[in-house]
Amino acid sequence: LCPQWPYCRKRCSYCNFNTYVVPAVDEAAVRACLVREALTLLRLSQVHSVTSVFFGGGTPSLASPRTVAAVLEAVAGATQLPAGAEVTLEANPSSTSTSHLAGFRAAGVNRLSIGVQSLDDAELRLLGREHTAEEAQKAVEAARGLFPGRTSIDLLFGLPGQSRDAWAQRLEAALGLCDDHISLYQLTLERGTALAAQVRGGALPAPPPDLLADMYQTARTVLVAAGFRHYEVSNFARKGALSTHNLSYWRSDQYIGVGPGAHGRFVPRGEGGCSREARVQTLEPVAWMREVQSQGHGTRSRVVLSPLEQLEELLTLGLRTDEGITHEHWEHFSPQLSLQDVFGAPGEARALQQQGWLLLDGGGLRCTWAGLAVLDSLLPDLLWQLQRR
Amino acid sequence: MALAGRTAMRWARLRSPCPAAAPLCRPAWLPAACERRYSCPGKEKLDMSSYPVESIRNFSIIAHVDHGKSTLADRLLEITGTISKTDRNKQVLDKLQVERERGITVKAQSASLFYNHEGINYLLNLIDTPGHVDFSYEVSRSLSACQGVILVVDANEGIQAQTVANFYLAFEAQLSIIPVINKIDLKNADPERVEKQIEKLFDIPTDECVRISAKQGTNVEKVLQKVIEKIPPPQCNTADPLKALVFDSTFDHYRGVIANIALFGGEIAKGHKIVSAHTKKRYEVNEVGILTPNEQPTHKLYAGQVGYLIAGMKEVTEAQIGDTLFLYKQPVEPLPGFKSAKPMVFAGMYPIDQTEYNNLKSALERLTLNDSSVTVHRDSSLALGAGWRLGFLGLLHMEVFNQRLEQEYNMSVILTAPTVPYKAVLSSAKLIKEYGKEQITIINPAQFPDKLSVSEYLEPTVLGTIVTPHEYIGKIIALCQDRRAVQKDMLYIDENRVMLKYLFPLNEIVVDFYDALKCLSSGYASFDYEDAGYQAAELIKMDILLNGNPVEELATITHNDKAYATGKLLCERLKEAIPRQLFEIAIQAAIGKKIIARETLKAYRKNVVAKCYGGDITRRMKLLKRQAEGKRLMRKIGNVEVPRDAFIRILKRETDK
Repeated sequence: LCPQWPYCRKRCSYCNFNTYVVPAVDEAAVRACLVREALTLLRLSQVHSVTSVFFGGGTPSLASPRTVAAVLEAVAGATQLPAGAEVTLEANPSSTSTSHLAGFRAAGVNRLSIGVQSLDDAELRLLGREHTAEEAQKAVEAARGLFPGRTSIDLLFGLPGQSRDAWAQRLEAALGLCDDHISLYQLTLERGTALAAQVRGGALPAPPPDLLADMYQTARTVLVAAGFRHYEVSNFARKGALSTHNLSYWRSDQYIGVGPGAHGRFVPRGEGGCSREARVQTLEPVAWMREVQSQGHGTRSRVVLSPLEQLEELLTLGLRTDEGITHEHWEHFSPQLSLQDVFGAPGEARALQQQGWLLLDGGGLRCTWAGLAVLDSLLPDLLWQLQRR
Repeated sequence: MALAGRTAMRWARLRSPCPAAAPLCRPAWLPAACERRYSCPGKEKLDMSSYPVESIRNFSIIAHVDHGKSTLADRLLEITGTISKTDRNKQVLDKLQVERERGITVKAQSASLFYNHEGINYLLNLIDTPGHVDFSYEVSRSLSACQGVILVVDANEGIQAQTVANFYLAFEAQLSIIPVINKIDLKNADPERVEKQIEKLFDIPTDECVRISAKQGTNVEKVLQKVIEKIPPPQCNTADPLKALVFDSTFDHYRGVIANIALFGGEIAKGHKIVSAHTKKRYEVNEVGILTPNEQPTHKLYAGQVGYLIAGMKEVTEAQIGDTLFLYKQPVEPLPGFKSAKPMVFAGMYPIDQTEYNNLKSALERLTLNDSSVTVHRDSSLALGAGWRLGFLGLLHMEVFNQRLEQEYNMSVILTAPTVPYKAVLSSAKLIKEYGKEQITIINPAQFPDKLSVSEYLEPTVLGTIVTPHEYIGKIIALCQDRRAVQKDMLYIDENRVMLKYLFPLNEIVVDFYDALKCLSSGYASFDYEDAGYQAAELIKMDILLNGNPVEELATITHNDKAYATGKLLCERLKEAIPRQLFEIAIQAAIGKKIIARETLKAYRKNVVAKCYGGDITRRMKLLKRQAEGKRLMRKIGNVEVPRDAFIRILKRETDK
């Protein structure tokens, strides 16, 4: 289950998510709607148990613990929410006082993902973040105290003007600070963001592709040497602290999106459906609330995914992980046509294997170390081969 | 080429997906593009017998682009009462949108004017000419129906390249020339300077020039009087057998071919049986008439007169420009100078989307109905799909044709960079036998014969005229030398204007010469050119290799001196156009086995989207699937994948810089 809190105090210069900066949020109303929509969709999906909950956004740490508690109580009341289920909350260093975090823990949150982004004040200003490096550090320390072994930090690399050395320093500082999970994202200059406009206008330099490749390789090497498992393109964990929730996306499990602009993938068994659907909730919070109030949910679009489309998603997402797609998992989605049938035959996948980008063996289909860095160049070939079957 | 002033506007129009491109977007008061109006059926047929040869004057107006030819024509039509006088008469004879936009005449339109001078009724036939030497053959045919010309020169700009070219066409045809200095109302007008230029360059006394403002109508009446006084009536006789020159033709979907004719002898009327000297085909005349400028049927047309004829011809090729018509069983000596149009510039044309192939095909067919000088051959390219190789009379012709496709047929096409027809004189007995001749024309680089079996390669040349303010001479000479041109003449036409004549290899001016010239002269230099035959040249075929494998569609024929620069440029552009791949790609230009230029496209080292969770997967899948779909359209050269787009970017004509 992925409830969305769509509000932020300020929009960051690189962000193109569905977020809203409003002077005052009617939290009670939003809360009621999140709860109502969660209940409606859980009933529709008829899932027996919820394995993880991820409060995303927006900036969900701006919400009050009461809201988080209300959603979790509703879930537990409607279906099973096992005691050990992972409940993550995304948090910004600027809204993570120890008491606030303790409130979330009391509400049922047991994992925190902190948007540190950088440990350099100049870089944080460039990104339009509200916090300083010192505040970020304090926030992580406070979080680790409350969620030991279950605190993750996000870092960005490839900022305009960032040098290889600067990145190596940030990485080192992050290693000194972090817990057992790090997400490292290459900054994507999304269309329509302030930062992208500055780069396009020439006010800021575009990072050269080779430098980005070097930064990524540096990070992988450093983190693996520090005992982390590189378990997904941008995610690293040690001591088994993988994010269960995010893994479920990459494994194409069912998930239910709740809140403005939330995405979901599930079979609506409650209304007799038997096909997996791609669903998107209404983007704009006020419109979404109106819909939830009048009909119990704000589903704006639902599209049935064909078996081929499901396999395409499985391939695209599964290859992002270090374990790739196992034979069993593939068979779950494609009982007739095995991985070997599709990709073992002469064709693109075999050529990519020979070139050292891909592996197909007893474990399944996955990227090599080098292949993972260029996955987006492999996928069109693989999808094309899949479509021909 | 030789398009001043309106170029900026025209490119802006060409680039925008402008709604004005739809054929129906024209002011309501204009006659439909390309189609002539029906004459009013109830109207009395005119009797033309009251205009004997002595009272007829046949003339053209010739001018550099934008010097006011069409405005003067509008005024002449108004003064003679041919059209009513309103503010809206602008380029009445230029009916095509492209003509109005570019200020050029593509299809000649003629008009008969009735004018009383000193008690005598005159019939003045204004024979419009296409405004550019791309159409020089048409111009010369139009001029051969005339006995005189009005040479219009802008009082501000003075003599320009096209003025010179047009003057010589008229001069060589031994026509009376009435020099007219137009736009004297302009602030910077300097008619005296222009009169001196005309005297110096054309040897016409300054006092013979008529100073006018066609826009305001000043002195236009005087031009008409000069036409009557200075231009001789045609020398011919109605008692002679029929001899009619076809100087233009158009196609009407309902009535077939409408031929514009000038009678050099005899008379013609409905029911006459006529023969084409060129095709030897026989026809029966359905209708004759004059143009005012719309068709006005008459009982007859008599020697010396100009008008139109409809005689059941089905295709424009049956009424070829320059052909002579005579009465069945009364053959006459055909008029001299007939030749079939010969394309000088070739370009590939492909639909942007292959599903548009049939629509484009029918648009091409319809457009060539009216323009028989375009040659069309089916062609196909591994990268661009099925299309055609089109031959044009020149660059302007090519641009106009393309623009008419866009505007009148709403077609967007890929037009490849133009090439010229090379020739090779074969030395290999085997090849001579194979081709059945010693000299072959090479349009496609794939047909380029090896040096060992050729005694000499030939390239087409043109004689270019450049008129420029003198401060740009240095730069222009350097540009011409860079284009392998040989200076033939250099003459100061006044204290600060120079006329240069250069012999250019045609292929050196087909791509971007005109833009370069305009750019380095701040737009002040004008350029025009005429065919100057073939010359021997050291030609070579250059291949482009991707990781050692040749790319067929990028092979080019080039001059030895230009091979390196051309090869380097092509490699650089390819490097920009081909997406990075999982391995390094060597992009090379080669002559035979020798590599002359190289660029290296580095391999992708990182290409994976950073964030991919539940939220954004739908959009991501769409993109990936489009890329997967694109694999189908990729052209594989060895293991290198080249998108169709990259070919389009390399092969497409660069329209602006």
